[in-house]
Amino acid sequence: MHAFHDYICKKAIGMQHHYLSTDTICAISTPPGMGAIAVIRLSGPESLKLAGRFFRSPKIDLAKETPQSHKQYFGKMVDETGEMVDEVIISYFQKPRSYTGEDAVEISCHGSPYIQQRILQLMLGSGARLAEAGEFTMRAFGNGRFDLAQAEAVADLIASQSESAHHLAITQMRGGFSEKIKTLRQQLIDFTSLIELELDFAEEDVEFADRTALNKLLDELKKEINMLLDSFKAGNAIKNGIPVAIIGKPNVGKSTLLNAILNEEKAIVSEIPGTTRDVIEDSIIIGGYSFRFIDTAGLRHSDDRIESMGIERTYEKIKQASIILYVCDLNDFKDEDAEAVLNEFRSFIHDKNKLFILIGNKIDMLEETPDHFAEMVELETIFISAKRKENINLISDSLMKAVEQLKVHTDTIVSNARHFQALKEARYALESVEEGFRNGLPTDLATIDIRTALFHLGSITGEITNDEILGNIFGKFCIGK
Amino acid sequence: MLFDKYDIIVVGAGHSGSEAAAAAANLGSKVLLITMNLQTIAQMSCNPAMGGIAKGQIVREIDAMGGYSGIVTDKTMIQFRMLNKSKGPAMWSPRAQSDRSLFSLEWRHQLEQLPNLDFWQDTVLGLIVKDNIVQGVRTSMGMEIHAKAVILTNGTFLNGLIHIGEKSFGGGRMGDRASKGITEQLVEFGFRASRMKTGTPVRVDGRTIDFNLLTEQKGDSDIRGFSFLQKPALPKQRSCWMAYTSNKVHDILRKGFHLSPMFTGRIDGVGPRYCPSIEDKIDRFSDKDSHQLFVEPEGWNTIEYYINGFSSSLPDYIQLEALRKIEGFENAKIFRPGYAIEYDYFPPEQLYHTLETKLIRNLYFAGQINGTTGYEEAAAQGLMAGINAHHNINDREAIVLKRSEAYIGVLIDDLITKGVDEPYRMFTSRAEYRILLRQDNADQRLTELSYKLGLAGELRYQRMLDKKQMVDTLIGKLKKTSLSPDFINTLLIEKNSAPISQKQKAASILLRPQISMHDLINSIGELKLAYNMEDYLIMEAVEEAEILIKYEGYIAKEKEIADKIGRLEDVKLRRDFDYHDLKSLSYEAREKLSRIKPATLGQASRISGVSPSDISVLAVFLGR
Repeated sequence: MHAFHDYICKKAIGMQHHYLSTDTICAISTPPGMGAIAVIRLSGPESLKLAGRFFRSPKIDLAKETPQSHKQYFGKMVDETGEMVDEVIISYFQKPRSYTGEDAVEISCHGSPYIQQRILQLMLGSGARLAEAGEFTMRAFGNGRFDLAQAEAVADLIASQSESAHHLAITQMRGGFSEKIKTLRQQLIDFTSLIELELDFAEEDVEFADRTALNKLLDELKKEINMLLDSFKAGNAIKNGIPVAIIGKPNVGKSTLLNAILNEEKAIVSEIPGTTRDVIEDSIIIGGYSFRFIDTAGLRHSDDRIESMGIERTYEKIKQASIILYVCDLNDFKDEDAEAVLNEFRSFIHDKNKLFILIGNKIDMLEETPDHFAEMVELETIFISAKRKENINLISDSLMKAVEQLKVHTDTIVSNARHFQALKEARYALESVEEGFRNGLPTDLATIDIRTALFHLGSITGEITNDEILGNIFGKFCIGK
Repeated sequence: MLFDKYDIIVVGAGHSGSEAAAAAANLGSKVLLITMNLQTIAQMSCNPAMGGIAKGQIVREIDAMGGYSGIVTDKTMIQFRMLNKSKGPAMWSPRAQSDRSLFSLEWRHQLEQLPNLDFWQDTVLGLIVKDNIVQGVRTSMGMEIHAKAVILTNGTFLNGLIHIGEKSFGGGRMGDRASKGITEQLVEFGFRASRMKTGTPVRVDGRTIDFNLLTEQKGDSDIRGFSFLQKPALPKQRSCWMAYTSNKVHDILRKGFHLSPMFTGRIDGVGPRYCPSIEDKIDRFSDKDSHQLFVEPEGWNTIEYYINGFSSSLPDYIQLEALRKIEGFENAKIFRPGYAIEYDYFPPEQLYHTLETKLIRNLYFAGQINGTTGYEEAAAQGLMAGINAHHNINDREAIVLKRSEAYIGVLIDDLITKGVDEPYRMFTSRAEYRILLRQDNADQRLTELSYKLGLAGELRYQRMLDKKQMVDTLIGKLKKTSLSPDFINTLLIEKNSAPISQKQKAASILLRPQISMHDLINSIGELKLAYNMEDYLIMEAVEEAEILIKYEGYIAKEKEIADKIGRLEDVKLRRDFDYHDLKSLSYEAREKLSRIKPATLGQASRISGVSPSDISVLAVFLGR
């Protein structure tokens, strides 16, 4: 999730010369492999010249005339010998009105890997340099096309795997989140101005800041920040998939259920590679949301050390999950065991941060009404057969409902851990300000905390300046002897 | 030959020029101070006061560096107040009313003690420059005087234009001629010049003021000074007075608006927003029915009063008519009306941090010529220009104070980095390190450096060391001494502070807002014997120790956040760096960076127009 920051760091260590260079870079911008079409992107001062050298069109001769920006031109791509490589469409984006803020050209060609490579090689052969990962975005950032938070959103956008994650990234890239933070900061700057006015102009004819109003403002700021902080859970879930743990005793059919859900939805399933976890994780998209399923070791008391460790990990996973599917075998749901399960489940459902769904499995093997049926109905148990894939859709419905519950009532959602941390620090600083006021702390000392809060909010969007306060004072108050 | 060969010529003998001349002469340079009028050295052209919030800290810093503004103020003050005493220690700001005439006389007296300093009364018309290095000055009497370096401290005199209502006439200050020729020559050399404006209020005959109708503002009984050298002797003080305007006053002033040079557009210069004229205040804040005025005595033995807050360039008869509507001023007679003055300044981005110009070597600008306002700001620049000019011609290193070291550092860095778009005045909020830059510790921050330069003398240095040792010892003692409930609870209860149930360190008792260092010293016999509060140095040491203990947490916090902000501060940027090559910087950033040539990334980040993303670009480029 910190792709962009990582990029900056990597750049900083080894490849700075590239980043700040203003040569023309080129890359295949569509995913690798075969597709219907592919796009090759060029950015830099030579973009048009390089593309034009191999482009032939009856409509325009790129060697002689400059095409209109943001217009598409159909033509042929030829190689050094003049032989046609492909029919293509060329789009020209004149600086600064391009993604990178530089002159840019996009060549849409057919999707064969050979064609893509051929065109790329032509560009590289005549002077373009192969772009490094993230370099287009880096240039866009460098050219002031967007602020830090927006740049991070672009990284997220590229990585987004579900509709909701995509929506989140788009909103952030458009600056919705930055706007929100800027508004908060501006309010805080207004607040500081009142305090600084009292300090720097104490001898002059100024009215003192109304403490009640200040406290109210602090309260509102904190509320806003809290809402953003709360949204982090949802934001994080949307971005990385909502974690769902399937738990239950051994052999109640957890893995069968997982497979059933995965098959039922027939959605893209990807195994998260490279983990050292022994809990298997799979992602699935239901109704535009990505869910991350965590299959766990069976829950039971065990003397076996290795199994105990597995069970411990299971409890860890339960902690991380937002939704828990608690599976039990209806045919093996007897007296003390059943009582224990139901009691445990009842104790779980009071957890406000998680959603528990009780699942009664193996209805296909039922011959009579199971024990504790009434209690299970009361707990809104979903009765299924994982093996025969019966009522799996009911689980999907429940998951969707759960998402609605997880949603926070704010338009702006925090999805980035760095932002989350900065907001937390800002909130802490604001609490110190409040505490200071309560204890009659001299205001100049309270400003240390206010500055801290401003610093953290500013660090999200990358703007940290301290002339704003004075500017504000001069603009709004009558001061001076 | 009429003149020796000088090391340094200082043009102008205001607050800036006087400090510059003194510093350079004390460091060993042969200095000539040229002024149009040797009777008005360090004249207080505006209000007869030194210090105030943030400015008081600057005067303390100047003193800690071995300058004279603090000493002269201490010797000529007629009233002293420590402002903001109810706030935290970062805000405590000394302020003094001075006797205007004595102040000027005392400065001249101080300067006359310096064997390396010569005086010459004349008007400088231009500079002698060869190969972009300044060689000396040309004067109105046709002299060519040579020197290795020249410091220009022309104040408001360059093409000064005074406005009163519809009348306007050339002048550097009421009663003094303006200075012509220097601006024109510098512009020819490629300097950018611009106009600023400031104003001053009416002076009133005190015999015609009914003080019974005004509110008295007395001086403090606990008198401190600006100088770390000794406690000022001030057996009696003169009071200031407060008066208020009313709608009746405003109505009359409004009658004259159509004649005001401000409103008719005859003044091009930009005035300070924080020091507006009375007509400006009425115009911009029309909902306010009253504005506060401070009536300040001009000296010990004069009937002249300065009406602080009533600055105006309206016609004189309107000023008088409005004045007489103020309670207590019904029969007022005036010595002279208020006026506005427009003058040339040179946008200070054209300087290095040493205050040397980028275009002409060995030429320095200090004071209002750089777009600042205030005696203190001017004096601070003069001091630093004097030091750096001396160092430069002797091939010694540049002396630049950091923002974390002194308000003087903040001042000069702001000027050079951000430029000015209105007369620049210091505020505590301009400093990121406010709680570190206190008036009480200016000596601890700066005297060591100044001593090494050879500016601060033995006495000053020794006092700083003694104080430091006393502070350290006292803090050590309080951190070690445990106080039992039996011993301290009587005091705690008396001071409305919760009693303790088991032993506590004296230092932690001192953290309580209700308990002062005096309380502790008076209760602990050993301390009471050791710390005689009658001794000025001991009293200062005790006060600083108290601040360091009581505010330890905040001082640490501010250091922490300042360090975070300052991470980029010391990353050096090469002066010859070609920013135009970095197309990924915004156009404006490339322009500004190329012009200002910041020395560090931190400085770059403070340039207006250089955005955070530009800084990210530079940071990435530098591998940070």
